[in-house]
Amino acid sequence: MSTRSRKSSRAAVAAGLGAVVALAGCASQEEAGVSSGGSTAGAEVASSEIDCSQFEQFGDVDGSEVEVYTTIVDPESQSFIDAFGPFEECTGISVNYNGSRQFEAQLPVRVNAGNAPDIAFLPQPGLLAQMVATGQVAEPAQAVVDNVDQFWSEDWKNYGTVDGTFYAPPLGANVKSFVWYSPSAFAEAGYEVPETWDDMLALSDQIVADHPDSKPWCAGIGSGEATGWPATDFLEDVVLHQQGPDVYDQWVAHEIPFNDPQIAESLAQAGGILKNPDYVNGGLGDVRSIASTEFQDAGLPILDGQCWMHRQASFYQANWPAGTDVSEDGDVFAFPTPVINEEVGSAIVGGGEFVAAFNDDPATQAVQYWLSTGDWANLKAQASQPGWFSANLELDPSNLQSPIDQLAVEQLQDPESTFRFDASDLMPAQVGADAEWQQLTDWIASDQSDQQTLDNIEAAWPQ
Amino acid sequence: MTASDVSQEVVTQATGKVDAPVTESWRSRRRQRRAEAAADRLSKPAASTIAIVIAVLWSIPTLGLFVTSFRTVDDIQSSGWWTAITNPLFSQYNYQAALVDSGLASNFVNSFVITLPAVLIPITLALLAAYAFAWIPFRGRNTLFVAVFALQIVPIQVTLVPLLSLYVDVGVAGSFWTVWLSHSMFALPLAIFLLHNFMKDVPPSLVEAARMDGAGHVTIFFKVLFPLLVPAIAAFGVFQFLWVWNDLLVALTFASNDATPLTAAVADLAGTRGNAWYLLSAGAFITMVVPLVVFVSLQRFFVRGLLAGSVKG
Repeated sequence: MSTRSRKSSRAAVAAGLGAVVALAGCASQEEAGVSSGGSTAGAEVASSEIDCSQFEQFGDVDGSEVEVYTTIVDPESQSFIDAFGPFEECTGISVNYNGSRQFEAQLPVRVNAGNAPDIAFLPQPGLLAQMVATGQVAEPAQAVVDNVDQFWSEDWKNYGTVDGTFYAPPLGANVKSFVWYSPSAFAEAGYEVPETWDDMLALSDQIVADHPDSKPWCAGIGSGEATGWPATDFLEDVVLHQQGPDVYDQWVAHEIPFNDPQIAESLAQAGGILKNPDYVNGGLGDVRSIASTEFQDAGLPILDGQCWMHRQASFYQANWPAGTDVSEDGDVFAFPTPVINEEVGSAIVGGGEFVAAFNDDPATQAVQYWLSTGDWANLKAQASQPGWFSANLELDPSNLQSPIDQLAVEQLQDPESTFRFDASDLMPAQVGADAEWQQLTDWIASDQSDQQTLDNIEAAWPQ
Repeated sequence: MTASDVSQEVVTQATGKVDAPVTESWRSRRRQRRAEAAADRLSKPAASTIAIVIAVLWSIPTLGLFVTSFRTVDDIQSSGWWTAITNPLFSQYNYQAALVDSGLASNFVNSFVITLPAVLIPITLALLAAYAFAWIPFRGRNTLFVAVFALQIVPIQVTLVPLLSLYVDVGVAGSFWTVWLSHSMFALPLAIFLLHNFMKDVPPSLVEAARMDGAGHVTIFFKVLFPLLVPAIAAFGVFQFLWVWNDLLVALTFASNDATPLTAAVADLAGTRGNAWYLLSAGAFITMVVPLVVFVSLQRFFVRGLLAGSVKG
């Protein structure tokens, strides 16, 4: 190619680009939808509120450094860093916060290589057991144990315990037993929030009759390589509400097989919604579209009035577009998964993180202690944007920004209600993070039968 | 320079001997004929069309990524990038959010701080080693050379945990040194092999003549071999630069929180629960820019250098 023709072709490309740019609209910052300064916290942390003398028991730790290694990255990490501020002022410890989404792969590497962090926030009890098995997890100080006994329910303490020894105090929490709906649409149509599962089905039938151009339910279980997890949450929710916590625990521990008739009954109950072509999939397609819809997008048809209910965890609030009013009489809100079995009553499937310490230095113990206090939970709540809360009984719901978080905390603090950790996080990874996801996806995408689905998952259980 | 020219050059380099003028002219005639034939074949319309189609198909995903990175969040989440042709609405806020708010700018600097020494250290060491393997006879030279080359077959994954425990024992864990050293270690076998082959290609008479004139190893290395090796060094430099810049595994394992390069930062860009995944296309482009510039500007050396390494044993 001669230099001249190259030059002219470049000029042509440049002119073409210029024309495209001239024709194209330029979006303003609001239109762009990118929140600028996304890392700014909801409120400034009030630093003077805490009593510094509570840290005297750990001796002189001034000048120490403590590394905290977590799965929580920017922008959610900023409020953690903010909430360490008053603690750092009191003790002189500097906390080095280190978040990575590759945490679960990297933590075992670091621990095995002798480069363990001082503190790690473990998102699953199973990972805690794995870390305890390496022999490097240190038991917490007595003050931490006392805090946990006082501020957390027995259910939560059990999930931080491995083989009868308590290792890791709980930290944050999330609640998965929620059904999202639109209060304004419900009010307009004259619908009531259902109290029981049967009411909810009756309401669904009512919606089918009243609104032929929309569907009562929308769902989506797509999540990249983890496609299927929202369906496992659905099943867990039904099992806990229908069969009760004892059967749930046996199911998790494999004391009853995965294809036990009780589990089959619950799967059929879940299928009564997810695989009912009259009920799904509002604004998204037919039953099969559940498998191909990304979970982040699955609830959005509620805003267009094409769908009425969407079962998803409390953290789904982050997926509503900016400007959506999430409140009890706003655009969207959630009600707790309704009661199926009167004997079980209200129950919560949820998740959370646990604070494991990898050494017993006084500074490390002081950080672990601080994270187990009610002061910390309240300061963190003030610093957080919507989407963070804790099961700490000292946490005052009024410190939370978002009504849905307040509702979740009220549920967690309700002594009547049972808490159980997400079962698929507790089962062996071959089941909870592989077979169950795949089989439930097939259950929806290729209309695999209930029995076949449960048999296949049971077959994947490691012997 | 066309592809056929490059391969011709490779053939000449590979023969590795200074030929007599007669054969040289015969060779050059034959070479020219072959080059013309190849040029004919390549410039046929059908061949050109196929090449263009392949090039276009190959670039479409990148183009889509590029268009997506300038679209608004709503558009990214609701429609494909090709709809931007009929409904163009663009903004630079994805880049602003990724670079400023998510702090990719400092990771960009980290990437350079990691990459430059991780390219210079192995090249320096490999040049010395390759010189010794090529021009200094010593006992066990061939065995040692095979041993060094055989290290290439060790997958780096199996070395991660032992290497990290070594670093912890020595007390350098968490500094930039761990990343530099690891990349250097993983690069050295290939670097020594490639540069050794280049050095072997230099006619022995040149080195012998220099030695007759009283040059020592240092003079031979700097005055005779080094100028001839520039293309090889550039080729390996490009290769190593791309490898280190794009590396995620070594960075995740060895780089401390303050030393995180772009790749690791982009992996965290989407946020804890993936809500901000619309930033990924902008992040990906920020990561791609430097390798793209390096590759395009040094492409000549890259192709030539790698081919030369591969045809010689």
